Amino acid sequence: MQPQPTTTAPGANPVQRSRKSISQHIVEIVSDSGEGAQKAGQSFGAICAKMGNGVWTVEIIPSDIQPPPRTKESTSGIRIRIGSGVITNAGDEADIVIAFNEIAPYSRIEQDAYQPGTKILLESMWATHDDEEVRENYTRAITDFKKLGFDVYEVPMQEECLKLVPDARRGKNMWVLGLLCQLYNRDIEIAADQIRHTFRKKTQNVIDVNLQLLQGGFDWAGQHLDFLYDLPPTLGGIDQVVMNGNEALSLGIIASGIEVCSMYPITPATSTSHHLAECFERAGGLVHQAEDEIAAIGFAIGSSYSGKPAVTITSGPGLALKTEFIGLAVMAEMPLVIINVQRGGPSTGMPTKIEQSDLLAVLYGQPGDTPKIVLAPSTIEECFQFVILARQIAEAFRTPVFILTDSNLATGVQPFARPKPRKEWFAPPVDQSPWPQGLNPYEWDSSNGISKRPIPGQRGGEFTVTGLNHNKEGKVSYLPEVNQRSSTMRSRKLAAFAKTLKPPQVYGEDHGDLLIVGWGSTRGAIEEAVDRARAEGIAVSSVHLRFMSPFEPDLAKLFKNFKKVITAEINYSDPVDDEFIAPEHRRYAQLAWVLRARTLVDIGCFSNVHGQPMRPNSILNAIRSITQPQNA
Amino acid sequence: MYGLKPDPCVLEVPDKYYSTGDYEKGVARWCPGCGDHSVLSAVQKLCQEKQLPPEKTVFVSGIGCSSRFPHYMKTYGFHGLHGRAFPVAEGVKFRRPDLNVFVVTGDGDCLSIGAGHWIHSIRYNMNLTVLLFDNQIYGMTKKQTSPTSPMGTISNTHPHGSVLPPINPIQTTLGVSNVSFVAQTADWLPGHLYATIKAAHEHQGFSFVKIMMRCTKFLPEEAKKMVGDKEHMTLLQHSDGIEVDMATANLFKHTVQHDPADIHQARAYSEDPEMSYLGLYYRDKTAPRYDLYGAHNLGATSEQKLKVLEEEFDKFAV
Repeated sequence: MQPQPTTTAPGANPVQRSRKSISQHIVEIVSDSGEGAQKAGQSFGAICAKMGNGVWTVEIIPSDIQPPPRTKESTSGIRIRIGSGVITNAGDEADIVIAFNEIAPYSRIEQDAYQPGTKILLESMWATHDDEEVRENYTRAITDFKKLGFDVYEVPMQEECLKLVPDARRGKNMWVLGLLCQLYNRDIEIAADQIRHTFRKKTQNVIDVNLQLLQGGFDWAGQHLDFLYDLPPTLGGIDQVVMNGNEALSLGIIASGIEVCSMYPITPATSTSHHLAECFERAGGLVHQAEDEIAAIGFAIGSSYSGKPAVTITSGPGLALKTEFIGLAVMAEMPLVIINVQRGGPSTGMPTKIEQSDLLAVLYGQPGDTPKIVLAPSTIEECFQFVILARQIAEAFRTPVFILTDSNLATGVQPFARPKPRKEWFAPPVDQSPWPQGLNPYEWDSSNGISKRPIPGQRGGEFTVTGLNHNKEGKVSYLPEVNQRSSTMRSRKLAAFAKTLKPPQVYGEDHGDLLIVGWGSTRGAIEEAVDRARAEGIAVSSVHLRFMSPFEPDLAKLFKNFKKVITAEINYSDPVDDEFIAPEHRRYAQLAWVLRARTLVDIGCFSNVHGQPMRPNSILNAIRSITQPQNA
Repeated sequence: MYGLKPDPCVLEVPDKYYSTGDYEKGVARWCPGCGDHSVLSAVQKLCQEKQLPPEKTVFVSGIGCSSRFPHYMKTYGFHGLHGRAFPVAEGVKFRRPDLNVFVVTGDGDCLSIGAGHWIHSIRYNMNLTVLLFDNQIYGMTKKQTSPTSPMGTISNTHPHGSVLPPINPIQTTLGVSNVSFVAQTADWLPGHLYATIKAAHEHQGFSFVKIMMRCTKFLPEEAKKMVGDKEHMTLLQHSDGIEVDMATANLFKHTVQHDPADIHQARAYSEDPEMSYLGLYYRDKTAPRYDLYGAHNLGATSEQKLKVLEEEFDKFAV
């Protein structure tokens, strides 16, 4: 079937057509599960990265395991944002959508992923389907999409693929990859190399067929599409790796020299252990899948106690279960790395969606005073780096260290400079030398709260770890001054660690009308919004915090250079203008709560619990309405 | 221990010889007459007999009267959370095959709040010596019903008598796949207690010892009754079982021959409502051990780690 004349311009001479130069674009491929949309998208991202373009990809995951096909629930796919320069987030509405059926876009429309002008390239096979209902759906969808202002292009994907392969369902994705390569003027040789890489474990025949499909899509687009783009690369020249945040965490674990990862399956944290389990053993490490979340951290603590610091990985509900052991780790001063890949909450919440709602739970979620160090990577590269850092802090300060990431980092894929691992990153061998005579197991240095820990095997260091309050000899004590002293020493470690931190870098001017404070995965979107706002002449800057406990220094000083300070976070806050909320009752976003208490600055917040990455445009609108209330 | 090597002309002198005093720490603060004291003595004797280096020996416990145990041992100890001794002990042992790891737990700690971990620890079958102090009552929190309190036990939570039949820890343990060592002993039979703990320590795997324990403070009548009741106690004997001296054997009125390889008979004994069987119920030296898996790739060099990292980065390279 030929594309319909109303929507495409068939027969135009591709050679004559000019390409529109763009600086960034967002593409979505949406399909039913199992049609390979994600593989096509990841391959396209890799090709773009290789050509020196910035890339951010994120998978669109169906909410059920086996939803019926051709339903909104079964929508699976991928969003690929590409740019001339570095791309730091998934962006706003899509520019191009490739839809394998007409139902899939509906679920994305519900998520406000598209806008008028979005081009939908729709598989046209459904127009002639045997089932009348399918044909009607298809026609209705095109009408709906046009009503919403989308440009619809019917593309005979199936028909074209069948010219090359007997089963189009298993080849369509590579044909679409070819189409995208033509659309964005990709180097077809680099694309072919990518296919050879993707299918390197398959037979030559499989590789050849996929190469033909790639070329088929490439040629078809060249002959039939009346819009083509050029995306000049500005990056490149360095070795890059491309992965998601959970994969980066898993490689960070290996690079830190940690040898035990103790976990219990929980979305969205688990995939870290999947990748780790594949390669950890060869690097001398093991993943322990415990019987439950509590056992997972208990096992990690036992392992840390008798050897190198261990890591446990979890998400909200698991964090809740680990509470008591976290308290023990603080009390017993156990080096331990706890990674929390946050998801929507409370309770089971929205397991696959994005939220940053565990900050307060991590900081204050344990009964009693439990000071601990908390890091929040803001990029995928930092997911890798911060595990290495966390292990060192845990050991140097004899304390649990948290790493807070979220679903956005866990599933987002971004290229970054290939790390150059060094032996110095690895945990040193377990100290088995005789314990220094006369040295107590909690011989706190008053200046920093640090004490040396005896490890089983060290002769002369025998003592009993206890969750009961204890003195420097490790002996149980309920004496008032002893409890005061041990609490002070555990807290002093944070004060000492804080001294090692530098003030955070401000993005933009160090003074102005508005400062946006963010943490975690929102960094890219916030900085992009700041760029756009500054281009409009708004005096806005942003600062991104990577250390949540203790904070980086001089925040209060920085905040006073701005007329207004707000946080931008993906967690709940009462709307500022809510008629039901008295100002003293207003519940703030989580970082805002802590910053207000810490700095006594009247910090506001922009937050929501939509379960989605924060979009640059939504932050931009918030910036506009705060700085130009009359126009809002 | 001092002794002669196979070459009788060479005296073997270890760099350190330990006396029982080398394992003693502080004064145990259990009630007078509490069964915990006798276990402490037996364990200290075992450590001395086996010359376990104190720095290579770890006692892990949960919370409760029994779980105070590590504080009285001059070894490494981990007095952790209520019900969570098993996960910690497993973590300790996972990468440290050189450590002797004991778990000291009670009926509330192991069979109630920590029951999930107990079941899985049996299946993991790591080389741990587990001492379950079963006194049938919560002592530290002052007399509440425990999962092993006989039905009708008067306690502060069941002042009119407990209403459910007790859990049977031996029966349950024998029902879990990969079970490898199950024995029962009693605190008031020092010879049997020592022999049982010794056999448990010598077993390479998860050795589960249920110790019938007196609580003279909260269940004094029951304590008295248990000690004197020879009618309802039978000694399990076998050439592959736990060897006890004649004096100890003579304390029993009833004795049966039981092959510890026979799990069906072991289960039958465990379910006998009229009789407590003391001795070795079951032993399987061949059950797969998770601690061997944990130790199988120890000692990777920095070069190996760097190699794996580079290989992984190659996979993700663009």
